Amino acid sequence: MAWQKVYNGVAEGEIIMTDISGWDWDSGKKLISDISDWKKIYHWVEEPYVSSDGEKIAAVIKLPDDEVFTMCENGVAWENAFDRVWYPRFSPDGRLTAFISDTGEWALAVDGETAEDKYDFAWDTRFSNDGKNIVYMAQKEGKYFAVVNDVPWEKVFLNMTGLAVSNDGKRAAASVQTVAFKEADIVKFQEGCYSAVIDGVVWNNNFVNVWDIVFSSDGKRVAAGVRTNLYDYTVAIDGVVWEKTFASVWDPKFCPNDGSVTAPVRSSGKWFLAKDGQIFWDRKFEQLWHHMYSKDGNKIAAIVAPQFGRWTIAVDGKIWGATFGDMVTDAVFSPDGSRVACLGKENEKWTVAVDGNQWDEYDMAWQPVFSPDGKNVAAKVEKNGRYTIVINGKPIKEDFAAVWDPVFSPDSDKILIKTIETGQNENKYFRRVMPVADITG
Amino acid sequence: MAESVKNAAAEITDAGIVGGAAKLTPEKIEKVINNVLKAEGGARLKTYVDICAHCGLCSEACHFYLSHDNDPKFSPAGKVKQTVWEIIKKKGRVDVEFIKRASEIASTECNLCRRCVMYCPFGIDIAYLLLTVRRICHKLGITPQYIQDTAHSHSATANQMWVKEDEWIDSLMWQEDEARAEIPDLRIPLEKEGADIFYSVIGPEPKFRAQLIYQAAVIMHVAGMNWTMPATPGWDNSDMCMFTGDFEMMARLKKIHFESAARLKVKKIVMGECGHAFRSVHDVGNRALSWKMPPIPVIHAIEFYYELIRDGKIKIAKKFDKPVTFHDPCNTVRGRGLHEMGRYVANATCETLIEMHPNREHNYCCGAGGGVINCGPPYKMSRIDGDKIKAEQLAAVKAKGAQTIIAPCHNCHGGLEDLIHHHKLDMNIKFLGDIIYETMEKPE
Repeated sequence: MAWQKVYNGVAEGEIIMTDISGWDWDSGKKLISDISDWKKIYHWVEEPYVSSDGEKIAAVIKLPDDEVFTMCENGVAWENAFDRVWYPRFSPDGRLTAFISDTGEWALAVDGETAEDKYDFAWDTRFSNDGKNIVYMAQKEGKYFAVVNDVPWEKVFLNMTGLAVSNDGKRAAASVQTVAFKEADIVKFQEGCYSAVIDGVVWNNNFVNVWDIVFSSDGKRVAAGVRTNLYDYTVAIDGVVWEKTFASVWDPKFCPNDGSVTAPVRSSGKWFLAKDGQIFWDRKFEQLWHHMYSKDGNKIAAIVAPQFGRWTIAVDGKIWGATFGDMVTDAVFSPDGSRVACLGKENEKWTVAVDGNQWDEYDMAWQPVFSPDGKNVAAKVEKNGRYTIVINGKPIKEDFAAVWDPVFSPDSDKILIKTIETGQNENKYFRRVMPVADITG
Repeated sequence: MAESVKNAAAEITDAGIVGGAAKLTPEKIEKVINNVLKAEGGARLKTYVDICAHCGLCSEACHFYLSHDNDPKFSPAGKVKQTVWEIIKKKGRVDVEFIKRASEIASTECNLCRRCVMYCPFGIDIAYLLLTVRRICHKLGITPQYIQDTAHSHSATANQMWVKEDEWIDSLMWQEDEARAEIPDLRIPLEKEGADIFYSVIGPEPKFRAQLIYQAAVIMHVAGMNWTMPATPGWDNSDMCMFTGDFEMMARLKKIHFESAARLKVKKIVMGECGHAFRSVHDVGNRALSWKMPPIPVIHAIEFYYELIRDGKIKIAKKFDKPVTFHDPCNTVRGRGLHEMGRYVANATCETLIEMHPNREHNYCCGAGGGVINCGPPYKMSRIDGDKIKAEQLAAVKAKGAQTIIAPCHNCHGGLEDLIHHHKLDMNIKFLGDIIYETMEKPE
C-alpha cells in the first residue's frame, strides 16, 4: 500500500497520511465541475474546498430565494439546508464535512448526514490519518468537551482549548480548566487551575497553564508545555514534569523511534533544544521553534534564528547558509529524512528553499511537498494574483485563478494538480495528472 | 527632588501588590533585581542611566506632573529617581515598602506614553526604564491585581477578556447576522486561506464593543476587500503582558497572532483601532521573538482607512456635521506617525475638524494607556486626577466648538470617557470606524 504525506493546510505539523494508490493516476486533464453552473443556480457560492484526490470540489451555498445554506459538491447540493453552514473540510478519505446550525443548535454534517446529538456550539474538525475517525470540540450549556465519532465525552469542563488528536483519531486531548475561580482571583489562578485531559480523563496534577498538547505517534502517551508558576515553564509527559524548568518552552514533540520528548526551551535569554529535560543540541539560538522529526526519528530539524532578525533551518543543530530576514515557515522533511524544504520570506517576498537552495520570489507560497522518492519538490505559489505549481523551481506553463496543494504519485513519476482556470475555462475546476518530467525536463 | 515614598506606600491596598509583597523578603528582592539588571539590563539601560543629566526637561512633558501642580514626584525623572536610580544605586538592596511603591509608580503613575522621550535632550526612553521596573515587579510577583488578571487571561485563552474559543466564533457570526440585516450579502469570512487581509482586533471588541466588528465588516465589504478572520486563538492582537513585564507571555501571544496570520496565507494584517496592541505587534512583541519587523506587515486601522478613502474604495455620502476634534493615541502617533493620516480620514468624513492643543506627536495621553486603566478600580481616581491637563485640553477644544472626539484607540476611549464623565465635559467619543460607517456610501 502506498502512503504519502498530504499536507492538509490546517497547521504546521498536522500531516495526514492518505492511501493514494487507488487514486486515478492516468495522465490527463479532467473537468470535475463548472462553478459557473453553480453560480447560475445559487448566486451565493463561497470559496471552494477540494478533496485530497482532487475528485471533488465543494463550497457553502445559499439556496435561491431563501435564507438557508447548504454544501454544494461537484454541483450537487446536499438534500438538507440549514440556518448556517461553516468550516467545510474534506476528510482524508474524501468525505465532505461541515458544521451546520438549525434553530441555534449545532452539529457536524458528513456528506449531508447530520448526527443526532446537537450542541450549543461545535468547531475545530480533526481527522484520523486515514480519515475514518472524526473529532471536534463542542460546548453545551456552558460546558466543554470533545466529540469523537459523534460520541461526546461524558466528562465536561469549564473551558477547553488546544484540541489534539492521536494519529488514529481514536483519542483526543486538550487543555482544560479544572478549578473554578472568581473574576480577578489572581491567587487562585496562580495555584494552578488547568490540566490536560485525555479521552475525558484529567491528569492528576494542575498547572498554571497547559499548552501545545501532543500525542506520541502510537497515541499512547501525551506531552504538553506547562507553566508551573508565573515564571517556570517545562514539559509534562503523562502528567509528570521534567525536573528542570526553563524561562519559556514551545511545542514538545515525541521522538517516533525511542519515545523521548524534545522541546525548544529558553534559558539565559537564548533558545535551545532540550531532550527529556536536558539541553540537547550543542548550540543556542535567538529563536528556535517548530522542530520536527524525520519519519525514522533519526533527524531533527527546526526553524531557528541564529542571530536576531535572521531566520533559517537547522538540521541536527547545523544551520543552512541561506537565511531570511522576514520569516521562515512550513518546514518539511523528505520522506527518507535526507532533505528539508521550507518557505522563506525576505523583503516581503516569499520563496521555497530546499536544503538551503532558494527558488524564485513569489507573492505567496504554500508548504512544499516532496515526492515519495525525495527527488522532487513541488509547491503552490502565487504571483501577481495568479497561482501555479512550481517543481524544483520550475513553474508549469500555465497559471490559474486557484490552485490547491500538489500531490505526487506513489511512484514519484507523476503529479496531481488541481486548478480553477480562467479565460475560456473560467470557473471550471479541473483535475489533471502530469508526468513530472514534462515540467522538470 | 522626591518626597519620602513611605507615606504613599502605606496607603497601597491593591491586592496584587499587597498580596505579592507579603511573600517578599529583602533577600529575594535583591536577588531578583540583580538578576533582571544583569540578564536583561544591557547597554540600553546602562546608557540611559549614565547619560541622564538630571536636567528635568522631561517634566513638562508629563501629564501626571502637569496635573499635579508640577510636583516633581510625578515628573518622569522623578519617577525614575524613585525607582530605577534607587534600585541601581543600592544594588537591589531596597525594602518591601520601596518595591511596593515602585510597582505602583511604574504601573499606575506612568502611561509609558513616551511624550517625555521627545523632551529629553538625549532622547532617553523613560518608558523603557519604567517598563524595566514593571519587569522587576512581575518577577517579584507584585503586579497590580487587575492587570495581572488580564495577563492570566492572555495566558489561558490567548485573549485579554477570557473569551472562550466558541464565544469568539459565535460573536463573529452574531455580528455577521446583524450586518446582513443591513447588507444581505455581507460576510465575515472565517478561516479563508489565501485572503489578502487578516483582520485582528482586541479582546474587548467581541466582549463589549461588538458593533465595531460589524462596522469593520461593512467597511471591508463595501471596499471590496478580500479578508478573513481566524476561528482560532490568535485573533486578539492585544497584549497586557507587555505592560506587566511578563515578556515571555508577550512573546507567546505574538507568536500565536502572527502564526495564525501566516497559517491563513494572508498578505497583511489589518488591525482595529487599538494603540497598545499596535506597539506590541509592530515593535515590542515581534522583536521579543527575534522578528526585527513584523513578519507579516501590520497596518493600523488609521492607515488602512486612509488608504481606502484615498484610493476611492470608500466614498463618503454625507459628512458628519457636528464639529469634531482628533485625539492622537500615543502608540500610533509617537510609535508610528499616523497623525496626518488620521486627520485625512477625519477631514474626509467630517465637516469641521477643530484641533486640540497640543496635538499630533505632542498630544497628551488619555491617561488610560500603558496598562494603567487595566489596573482597575483601585486606581481610577488617581488616573483621572493624574490627567487633569487632558481634561483642560478637552475643555478648551470644546470651547472652540468641538462636540465629538475622534479617538482611534480602545484604551483612549476608556480614559477619555472617564475624564469627560468626571469633569462633566459632555462630549461624545467616536472611533474612526464609527464615523466612516456613519458617513460612507453603502449599497441600497
